[in-house]
Amino acid sequence: MISNIIEVPLAVGESLTIPRNRIGSGDKRLCIVTGTHGDELEGQYVAWKLASILHQNADHLHGIVDIYPAMNPLGICTMSRGMPLVDLDMNRLFPGNPNGNMSEYITSRIVEDIAGADCCIDIHASNIFLREIPQVRINVNTADTLVPLAKYLNMDFVWVHAAATVLESTLAHSLNSLNTPTLVVEMGIGMRTTTEYGDRLVVGILALMAHLGMWDLPVSPVSPPIVSSDGSVSFINAPCAGMFFPTSHHTSYVEAGQQIGVVADPLTGETCAVLKSPVTGLLFTLREYPVVYEGSLIARILGGS
Amino acid sequence: MKEQILFSIDTPYRQPLPVKGWLFGNESQKSLAIVGALRGNEVQQMFICSRLIQRLKQLEDRIRPDAGILIVPCANQFSMNVGKRFWAADNTDINRMFPGYNEGETTQRIADRIFRAVQGFSYGIQLATIYLPGLCTPNVRIMHTGYEEPLEGLDFGLPYVAIRDPQPYDTTTLNYNWQIWNTHAFSLYASAKEEVSEESAEQMVNSILHFMACKGMLDVDIQPLCEHPRVFRESSLKNILNSCGGLMLKRRKLGEHVCAGDVLAEIMDPMEGSLLEALTAPCDGVVFYYHGANLIAGHEVACRILRDDSV
Ligand SMILES: [Zn+2]
Repeated sequence: MISNIIEVPLAVGESLTIPRNRIGSGDKRLCIVTGTHGDELEGQYVAWKLASILHQNADHLHGIVDIYPAMNPLGICTMSRGMPLVDLDMNRLFPGNPNGNMSEYITSRIVEDIAGADCCIDIHASNIFLREIPQVRINVNTADTLVPLAKYLNMDFVWVHAAATVLESTLAHSLNSLNTPTLVVEMGIGMRTTTEYGDRLVVGILALMAHLGMWDLPVSPVSPPIVSSDGSVSFINAPCAGMFFPTSHHTSYVEAGQQIGVVADPLTGETCAVLKSPVTGLLFTLREYPVVYEGSLIARILGGS
Repeated sequence: MKEQILFSIDTPYRQPLPVKGWLFGNESQKSLAIVGALRGNEVQQMFICSRLIQRLKQLEDRIRPDAGILIVPCANQFSMNVGKRFWAADNTDINRMFPGYNEGETTQRIADRIFRAVQGFSYGIQLATIYLPGLCTPNVRIMHTGYEEPLEGLDFGLPYVAIRDPQPYDTTTLNYNWQIWNTHAFSLYASAKEEVSEESAEQMVNSILHFMACKGMLDVDIQPLCEHPRVFRESSLKNILNSCGGLMLKRRKLGEHVCAGDVLAEIMDPMEGSLLEALTAPCDGVVFYYHGANLIAGHEVACRILRDDSV
C-alpha cells in the first residue's frame, strides 16, 4: 500500500509529500530508505527492483517491507543534494523536532515512522565527485550489533569508522540510538546508477530478510565482505588545483608507489602533480569529477597497516 | 594599520583567492580577532568589518599600546563573487569545518588556515548569521560550553545576550572551537544579511568599539545602544509556526514589543489573495526573529518571540 508519511504545504499550490510503499504484513518490519541526498540515485534502482520482486513473490514474504524511495523529494526532483529552500544537508538534521522548522519537522516524522523496525537500510551513492565500491559504513559504537547484519548485504567492504560528534545528526545514528539497527550502504556515484551494484544489493537485502525470517525463497549465496577499521584506509588528496585524470582503475588492486592519476593544467600542458598510492591495496574510492582544488579527495585505498 | 594576506587558495581557472586580514595596534599582542563573512551571502557581515576598519583607522592613536586587533572581513570571496552561499565547488559550509584539518578536504583546509590565523587571541568575535532563513533582532550569542563568561556579553551594549546550548553541528563552528581553545568567543547577529543596512552596521560597529573600550583596548567613550541588556537562554524563545503555505505579510517589526493576541503575520493565498491564516502572539514579548522570504511553506518558523518572563 502506498501512502505519504508526511504532507507539508509549500508556498504556491503544492505539497511536499514523502511516499512509502508498504509491502506485506506481519510482526517483522524491514525499512529500505534512500534519496536523503537528492543527487544520489543508486537507491532508486534498488527500490524499483525490490518492490517488483516482493510484489511478484508476495507468498514468500513474512512481515512488512517499507520502501521509502524519496526522503528528500524536492532535492531529487531538482537535482540538488541538500534540501532546497534551506540548502542544508538533510542527513545533518536528524532526529529533528516536531515543533521546529519545516526541515526539523520532516526529519522528526521520518524517525517516528521508521523507529521500532527490526532493521533499516539507508542507501547512499557517494556524491557527484567520487565513485565507491559497494560498502557498508558502521560507527564503531554500533559495530557489535551491525557488523553481523552487514555481512548479509552482499557488499565488498564493511568500513567500521570512528565516532564523530557531527555524525550524531544522521538518520542512522538517530535510529541506532533508538535501538532500530540501521545500516548505511554507500555505493556507486552521484547522479548515475550502476545497475550491477544495485542487483548485488537486492540479493543482499533478500539474504538479510531470509536471515530475519522474512523471506523463504532460496537466495543466491553472498560472498563475505572485507571488514576493516579506519586504520587500514589511506587517503589521497589533491596537492594543488587543476584537472584530475586517473591512470588506475576503480576497484583494482594497486601497489605502493603505483600511479593513481595526475593533476593537470590543460592551459599550459603541464602536469602539476603525479599522485601515487601510499600503500598496496584495493582502490575502493576514486574521483570521477575532474575539477579539483587543493584538498579535493582523489582516492581511498584499503590496505596497509 | 597593516593589511596582510593570511593565506591564499589556488583555483583552476580563477585568480588565486586571498584571505586578507587587517591588523591594528600592537602586532605582537593577540587581544581581539574579528571574523566577518564565512558564507557567500554574508554581505552585511563583510560590510560591518569594512566600516569597523574605517573607524579604527580614525581611532588608531586611541588604541592602547598593549592591544592588538585582527579583522578578517571575508574568507569566502570565492562563493560571494558567484552568488553562492556555501563553498561554490562542493557546497560545503566553512563554518561547519572548524577547527579544520590541513590534510583534509578543501574547506577543512580553509577552516584550518583561518583558525590558525585567529587562534590564541584573548577575545574572538564572529559576525555570524543564523541558519534559519530569516533575520533576528541584533544580539550577542554565547555558546554554553562550560568555558563561557556570559556577563562579558553585556559589554557590547546590545539589547540581548542569548546563551545557546550547543547542538551536535555547533561543535564544528568557529565560535565553539574558539571557546574550546581558550578564546572568549562571541557571535554578533546583525539584523541584515544579503542586503546591506548602514544603520545596522553603525550599531554593530559601535557595539564592538564599546566592547573594546570595556576591555581596555581602546580609549574612547562610546554610548551603548542599550544600558541594560537582557541575558536569556536561546531555548526559551517561543517558535510561532504557520500551518498554511503561502505569501507571508509581516505585521510588526523586529525588536517590537507585542502583547498576547496581537497579529504578527498574515499568510495569504499567493494567487487569489484571500487570507489563509493569521499568526498571533501567544504571549507578551519581543519579536526576536522573522522568516525572511515573502513566500513561506507550511510548518515553518514564521516568527520567534522572546517572552517577557523568560530567562
Ligand atoms: Zn548520501
